[in-house]
Amino acid sequence: MKLDARIPAGPIESAWERCKFEIKLVNPANKRKYRILVVGTGLAGASAAASLAELGYQVDSFCFQDSPRRAHSIAAQGGINAAKNYQNDGDSVMRLFYDTVKGGDFRAREANVYRLAELSLNIIDQCVAQGVPFAREYGGTLANRSFGGAQVSRTFYARGQTGQQLLLGAYQALMRQVSAGQVRLHPRTEMLDLIVVDGRARGIVSRGLLDGKIEVHLGDAVILATGGYGNVYYLSTNAKGSNCTAIWRAFKRGAGFANPCFTQIHPTCIPVTGEYQSKLTLMSESLRNDGRIWVPKKPGDKRPPSQIPEEERDYYLERRYPAYGNLVPRDVASRAAKQVCDEGRGVGETGLGVYLDFSDAIRRLGRKTIAERYGNLFEMYERITGEDPYQVPMRIYPAIHYTMGGLWVDYHLMSTIPGLFVAGEANFSDHGANRLGASALMQGLADGYFILPYTVGDYLANHKLEKVDPDHPACRQARENVEGITRRLLNIKGKRTVDSFHRELGKLLWDHCGMSRNAAGLRHALAKIPEIREEFWRNVNVLGSPEELNQSLERAGRVADFMELAELICLDALARDESCGCHFREEHQTPDGEALRNDADYCHVAVWEWMGEGRAPLRHAEPLEFHYVHPSQRSYK
Amino acid sequence: MRIVLHVWRQAAPDQPGRMVRYEVDKVNPHMSFLEMLDVLNEDLVARGEEPIAFDHDCREGICGSCGFMINGMAHGPLPATTVCQLHMRHFQDGDELYVEPWRARAFPVVKDLVVDRSAFDRIIAAGGYIAAPTGSAPDGNAIPVAKDKAEQAMDAAACIGCGACVAACPNASASLFVGAKIAHLGLLPQGQPERDARALKMVAAMQEELFGACSNVGACEAACPKSIRLEVIARMNRDYLKAALFRRPEPALSGIG
Repeated sequence: MKLDARIPAGPIESAWERCKFEIKLVNPANKRKYRILVVGTGLAGASAAASLAELGYQVDSFCFQDSPRRAHSIAAQGGINAAKNYQNDGDSVMRLFYDTVKGGDFRAREANVYRLAELSLNIIDQCVAQGVPFAREYGGTLANRSFGGAQVSRTFYARGQTGQQLLLGAYQALMRQVSAGQVRLHPRTEMLDLIVVDGRARGIVSRGLLDGKIEVHLGDAVILATGGYGNVYYLSTNAKGSNCTAIWRAFKRGAGFANPCFTQIHPTCIPVTGEYQSKLTLMSESLRNDGRIWVPKKPGDKRPPSQIPEEERDYYLERRYPAYGNLVPRDVASRAAKQVCDEGRGVGETGLGVYLDFSDAIRRLGRKTIAERYGNLFEMYERITGEDPYQVPMRIYPAIHYTMGGLWVDYHLMSTIPGLFVAGEANFSDHGANRLGASALMQGLADGYFILPYTVGDYLANHKLEKVDPDHPACRQARENVEGITRRLLNIKGKRTVDSFHRELGKLLWDHCGMSRNAAGLRHALAKIPEIREEFWRNVNVLGSPEELNQSLERAGRVADFMELAELICLDALARDESCGCHFREEHQTPDGEALRNDADYCHVAVWEWMGEGRAPLRHAEPLEFHYVHPSQRSYK
Repeated sequence: MRIVLHVWRQAAPDQPGRMVRYEVDKVNPHMSFLEMLDVLNEDLVARGEEPIAFDHDCREGICGSCGFMINGMAHGPLPATTVCQLHMRHFQDGDELYVEPWRARAFPVVKDLVVDRSAFDRIIAAGGYIAAPTGSAPDGNAIPVAKDKAEQAMDAAACIGCGACVAACPNASASLFVGAKIAHLGLLPQGQPERDARALKMVAAMQEELFGACSNVGACEAACPKSIRLEVIARMNRDYLKAALFRRPEPALSGIG
């Protein structure tokens, strides 16, 4: 596997500018001769499909939901970062770049991150022009809030529904192109395999979810913008349908998978209540602007929060990290919550929770201001828990939220399979070992609006692609592979439901490859996963037929892939014998419990190559070089 | 808790459906309605019966995938709440609940509680956007937007496209959905150039999709999980009327990429 990151040589400030100048262009009249397949309609997918269609390419857009507007980007609450410095508080492209590299614990590619910070400026402009109703000041200018891991106020927001509003902007741009005839929309259609012809990505095999029809779609390039794989843990903040199938099957066709063990745990989610629980709900990180996090000082203190006097409370983030306080990055906040709960100081019935308390903020700012800032989040919390956060502190606990790992891409966002581009959360991206809040929306839109429209064109202009026939052996083989998996799943007729396997897998992964990891636990998981997988393929019960809407069958295929991905995650976590960002190996910590990196041996991206069924995947490394932000121990103290 | 459910089961669009009775024991009051259906489905699969099909995804009340009638009320009895956010603590032990899909000519049933809402996408495609090709935007602060206008636009933009308004309306009108988009974009300075054309095209598309007309019943507002207000329909009507009176035909109305 060749890993050429194609980072432009020379100073970082002008790298993207030079790259754009050096790429080859496709003549406007020729663009309509190319067909590009875009899988996924979240921020990255919808913005890429719309922008490529605006340029004149023929685009096919696929999503498994009933409408492109329902992709899970819609659920992002807090905001989107941009280095506009509208607040005059010292922000700059350089600072956003610095914060992101540092926040990612020096495991991201500098050139990519710099470009992301640069493009953040254009994103806000673009979204405003589309009619995204960002929050405004009285004078009509854009408002900002602060987010974790930053000391400037650079987060733009639309109440607690920023993701929804940005996605609707991209969706509407996409639908405009549908109406103009530039985009063919394929809703309720799931990608189940990648077609590779002569070493190049040329199409996909899909299953129509309403009629079960297996179809071959061909094109000149394929873009995967299919999101993250957090649902491998079963309980996560992802939507129920979020899955790894598209990227996993591309991996099995030769795309490298980078840093699979980098899975982000979000510190502020509503705690688990019971076995039936189907998902976890996130409470926006923006709440940490005004909420104060605390637990009782005494272990086992079961008094209601209002009866615990101030001096018996431990505001542990403010105590340990006075400079950033409650706004430390997510990995730091999550681990600190786990530590206090492990000490027996957790709150709520299960003891797995900490308080997020707004009483000081309400006293300081008044209920009205707090309601303006977080009203809908408070309502959501009350709806789920039955408790009123204006009266009693919220209870929160960390949960799986985002995956920094994903398919490896070069500076052009192209995977190790030429012609296969990967965008948004699906790629291993710019966040290193930990993503800062409000950076996911920024990255998805940067990839889709401003990077792919250039780099996909460069690929098409540089390669003469032969026409591929749907009867080509590669198409037939991919199609038979998909039909084979479907048949196999339906023929098992075992005793256990798909979800029961998924839950078992998720619990195992959370226990041994969650917020903290150690070699013994990872080895245990690695021994156990093949057993669960073996039982799954022997004993799962998938009812119904393949030629209809069959939600059990859809889930079964996704869980089958999670079973394989879970093993890769653990292998990666075991091989990365250091702590960095979200990846906390208990063997490697500072005396006060912070992550201890090992730059001498692990300052690289781990890229895994599929070697075939029954063979261990191969680990490659892309070395990371830091010329602008020098790796240091992250300090938020 | 023990809940008795009568659920609409329909194998395919062209097959007749019927209500089927199920008893669900051991319902935990902290469960969401959909989690209760998950538990029922797990039991059904264990018994070799096909699980109930229903649309759902984010389970946070924002994606708009889920939705069905509970005792004749879209998204059930709790105001401003989708079924994924409706928790069983709002029901009583022994309650009997009738669960049916959205009923509207423009939303044909696909299977059980799943309906086809693609008509909404086609209405948006007809004009529910601001044409701002990527790269063409001025600086975000170049055009100030009054705070109250931005807030009102956001109120309307909160629509999740779930279809509850159509299901609740005795005429199966999509006016709240269409009005919400027309109001959202029409309230912003960026939305002005296409404001007339947008109203004309979206209203025409709504009629082509066979949604009914609005007769100001207000059931949509009561059912809306995002509390979209009836006033957006007034805005739609005003924009439509103004555009219909004063707009001159253009040689080419459709957007070009």
